[in-house]
Amino acid sequence: MSLTVVPLASPGMTDSHHETDVKMEISNLDFFYGKKQTLFDVNIEIREKEITALIGPSGCGKSTFLRTLNRMNDVIEDTHVKGTVLLDGEDIFAPDVDVVALRRRVGMVFQRPTPFPMSIFDNVAYGARINGLARGANLSELVEKSLKRAALFEEVKDLLQQPATSLSGGQQQRLCIARVLAVKPEMVLMDEPCSALDPISTARIEELMVELKQEYTIVIVTHNMQQAARVSDRTGFFLTGELVEFDYSTKLFTDPRDKRTEDYITGRFG
Amino acid sequence: MTKVPLRQAGLHLRRNIANKLMWVCCILATLLAIIPLGMILYYLLLKGIPSLSLNFFTQLPAEGGMKHAIIGTLVLIAISSSFGLPIGLLGGIYLAEFGNNKTGAVIRFTADILASVPSIVIGMLVYTIVVLPRHQFSALAGGIALGIMMIPTVTRTTEEMIRMVPMALREAALSLGVSRVRTIFTVVITAARGGIITGVLLAIARIAGETAPLLFTAFGSRYLSTYINKPIASLPKQIYDYASGPYTAEHAQAWTGALVLVTLILILSAAARYATRGNSRLVR
Repeated sequence: MSLTVVPLASPGMTDSHHETDVKMEISNLDFFYGKKQTLFDVNIEIREKEITALIGPSGCGKSTFLRTLNRMNDVIEDTHVKGTVLLDGEDIFAPDVDVVALRRRVGMVFQRPTPFPMSIFDNVAYGARINGLARGANLSELVEKSLKRAALFEEVKDLLQQPATSLSGGQQQRLCIARVLAVKPEMVLMDEPCSALDPISTARIEELMVELKQEYTIVIVTHNMQQAARVSDRTGFFLTGELVEFDYSTKLFTDPRDKRTEDYITGRFG
Repeated sequence: MTKVPLRQAGLHLRRNIANKLMWVCCILATLLAIIPLGMILYYLLLKGIPSLSLNFFTQLPAEGGMKHAIIGTLVLIAISSSFGLPIGLLGGIYLAEFGNNKTGAVIRFTADILASVPSIVIGMLVYTIVVLPRHQFSALAGGIALGIMMIPTVTRTTEEMIRMVPMALREAALSLGVSRVRTIFTVVITAARGGIITGVLLAIARIAGETAPLLFTAFGSRYLSTYINKPIASLPKQIYDYASGPYTAEHAQAWTGALVLVTLILILSAAARYATRGNSRLVR
């Protein structure tokens, strides 16, 4: 980040832009698929209760980066990381870290909705049940609360026992968000959560993200620059595995420091 | 540029004829393929129905029934399923989730070979290791022989079905702070259950009709028995005994037994199809 200008020079900065604590600090992060390096020395501070957007052309490594934040890349064979990711000051790659616990604190929403083949209620209750967070009446309350937070409750309150696959794509995606919220995470990672949705569903999820920011730290990968500009507090621009620029969204989209960022956001490539 | 003419009389005619010819060949081949099945069903109904009565299901051979063989077959299915299914299912889960290595390849290859071992050979194996030491034909020995036959079928279908579950579904569960093993047993298996049930039902249908592995294991009996350490009757073995005997009454019984056995297997196969249909609805 630029040491000279940032806070004062950001146009359109409002009171909501007060500095919050650093939730996750990523330093010197490299990522390798086998021998091929796909991320190069990425450094970002993700701040609490903000929306951080990651943009860049396909294959620039933004999804890979996002997936290292809850170690989802562990699932893929023959990959490894270098560098550190500190969650509230704790290294998530430390050998005694339990990935299951990490993922409870750092939840994830994927590109395509992934409803489990069970009822709407069971989908939301799933993680809470397995993690022993609630049962009986408390569980029903937690499910209802999570669905309300995901702005889905009104639409499905009479259909809770229906299979989740009977919902529309946009509803399914909000269901997946409710499912993540039900395990009470601190951070929510979203990997292009709207790319499979129509504009109306997209708008609903964007509104939802801004709502959720009150309580959660959100990192979203998106192809859609307007979306990043609309919802995020800060934006990082990735290009061929490098973080080119990271700044307040208001600054990055109006007055980028780097020529490559400018070219990308003005549509000259990508 | 020269354009391809839209009307090419000769070529068009030739293609049409070739097309029709192939179509007729395909239909004929299909009909030929289902003729044997049609004939089997026709003869079974023709010869089996005359002796079909309530007595057939409720009486022992002395009163013209096959109750002992029907119950025997159910007992044998229960014994073989009790260990064949758990081993087969867990094996399939292992191969699909953790079997992308040398061990997995060896197990997969072994399962495929086991599936093609002639059933009489499995009967001989069980005769040697179970029947001979105890000097006793038994339901247990028959169940073990049939159970061994189930394992490769169940393992391979379970593996295939689990592999079809999209990776995204696993990741979604993992991202909720759920361990790998719990993800498999709660989400992955739920998503694949239709296909897995189909595999299980087909495996049961297959062993229900087996005779050879029972010849020197369960042996057969003319009496009702549910003891696992005594010889036990089974539908296929009873049919074999009646059909190779000299009495017309027994021949008639054999036909009816065959009708009941085939009906049982058809019901299992139909149930298997139904289970798969549910599956395709659940998994996107």
